Amino acid sequence: MVNGLNLAFQYLQGFSVLVLAAVGLAIIFGIMGVINLAHGEFIMVGAYATVFGYHDLGLPLVASMALAVGVTAAFGMVVERLLIKRTYGRLFDSMVVTLGLSLVLSQGMLVLRGTSEPSVPTPFGTISYGAFSQSVYRVALALAAVAVLVGVYWLFTRTEYGIRARATIQDEGTARALGVRTERVYSTTFAIGSALAGLAGALLAPIVSVTPTMGGTYLVKSFVVVVVGGPSVVLGTGLSGGLLGAVDAVVTNVYGQTAGSIVLLVVTVVVIRFFQDGVTGFTDRVRDRLAREGT
Amino acid sequence: MTVLSLDGVTAGYGSTPVLREIDLAIEAGEIVGVVGKNGVGKTTLMKTVTGLLEPTAGTITYDGRDVTGLTADARARSGIGYIPQGRDIFPDLTVEQNLRMGEHVNADGDVTRYEEVYDLFPVLEERAGQDGGTLSGGQQQMLAIGRALVGDPDLLLLDEPSEGVQPSIVDQISEDIRAINDELGTTVLFVEQNLGVIQTMADRCYAMERGTIVDELTSAEIADEDAIASHLAI
Repeated sequence: MVNGLNLAFQYLQGFSVLVLAAVGLAIIFGIMGVINLAHGEFIMVGAYATVFGYHDLGLPLVASMALAVGVTAAFGMVVERLLIKRTYGRLFDSMVVTLGLSLVLSQGMLVLRGTSEPSVPTPFGTISYGAFSQSVYRVALALAAVAVLVGVYWLFTRTEYGIRARATIQDEGTARALGVRTERVYSTTFAIGSALAGLAGALLAPIVSVTPTMGGTYLVKSFVVVVVGGPSVVLGTGLSGGLLGAVDAVVTNVYGQTAGSIVLLVVTVVVIRFFQDGVTGFTDRVRDRLAREGT
Repeated sequence: MTVLSLDGVTAGYGSTPVLREIDLAIEAGEIVGVVGKNGVGKTTLMKTVTGLLEPTAGTITYDGRDVTGLTADARARSGIGYIPQGRDIFPDLTVEQNLRMGEHVNADGDVTRYEEVYDLFPVLEERAGQDGGTLSGGQQQMLAIGRALVGDPDLLLLDEPSEGVQPSIVDQISEDIRAINDELGTTVLFVEQNLGVIQTMADRCYAMERGTIVDELTSAEIADEDAIASHLAI
């Protein structure tokens, strides 16, 4: 029972971290076809902005987190204008540019702020059972992850921007010939993806150590989630976060964190071996088959 | 008044020109066809007029303004509605969302033509919430036409409206385009090789061969099957 609760909390955190870290990468890749190798560093910038707001500016934690989202969104816009815009349609160029950017950002932050930051407090306190106590923040994090997925779903199905973005992915030429400013769709998308990375960094700042090189871990995690998730941004990120979060929680609980990370990668390789287009590629095929049998 | 004119327009992919020195002009309220066999450059012509393809030489004038250097989206927003070949609707957007994408084509403010579109094609209103990709070929063509009309364009461009659509629906669509032209005064430029469509719709025609305009046909010549047949794959 006690171990079950521990596992449940571990799972909530694993799921939340994966979903929050991956959703920005998934949106940018899904809509723009750009693989942002500096995505982890955008998360790092979000975490730093939160620490900066809380300690250096003396803002309340929630305001510091909001500041982080604003800062990363603005930063993303600038990066898109100056760098990403020049690499559209050239996948490898965009990867090299963003890899370079990730190095500049992590080393730049090291020069600017040193190796470590003071911690920010974890809100909401703890609950205790038996010999254990768990932070309530882990539950809040999971709720935030679900809220982000719901928000992204709403954004892409109910807003004018979302419909334009989906039209642009489906047929860019026709969208342009109908008057859609596709360049604006791309720059908005990059800003939204960056803001979500910033939100991930802000929400994780109270529970992880904020360092200039923290981005690397999250880039790997996000990648794995996006690859396993497949083409559908919301469903893919949710399902894949749910699946990989469970694997991570069980293995980490029994064998420790390193084993957890290794098994995460092994599971990814296995999933890709059997479902080349990820979990949602598989669910799409099942749905199509059911629809055919139904008619 | 001349709505659209092309002067010496040359365009193509890479270094190979597909269109060579095209000259044509369309007056307000006309329905003009460009006819020719497969591979003469009809779709390339459409893409050059919409701005999806940049000409290497020549000038495109629309509504008295040189638009040669304008991007496709800017041209569309100045009132050019485009109906692409085949079924280039957005399959994963609903019918209603597909139509909404056409609202950008709007030269003069906020006029939308949902009522007219739904009157012409009631099926689009019935299936407004359905994904575009689930419609039949003919219905997708209606959706593509409706989408281009919603923003109340001044000029309508059609790339082979008969392509991949069954004959009974082709007839209906040609008559619908005529009706749109009569009722809304929309100028129409279309490319086509289906004789029936050309005869139903066109006030006059240009004939294309190997990337250039080789002939101009009056309505009497269009009605004469022998005169027009040599330009088509009949």
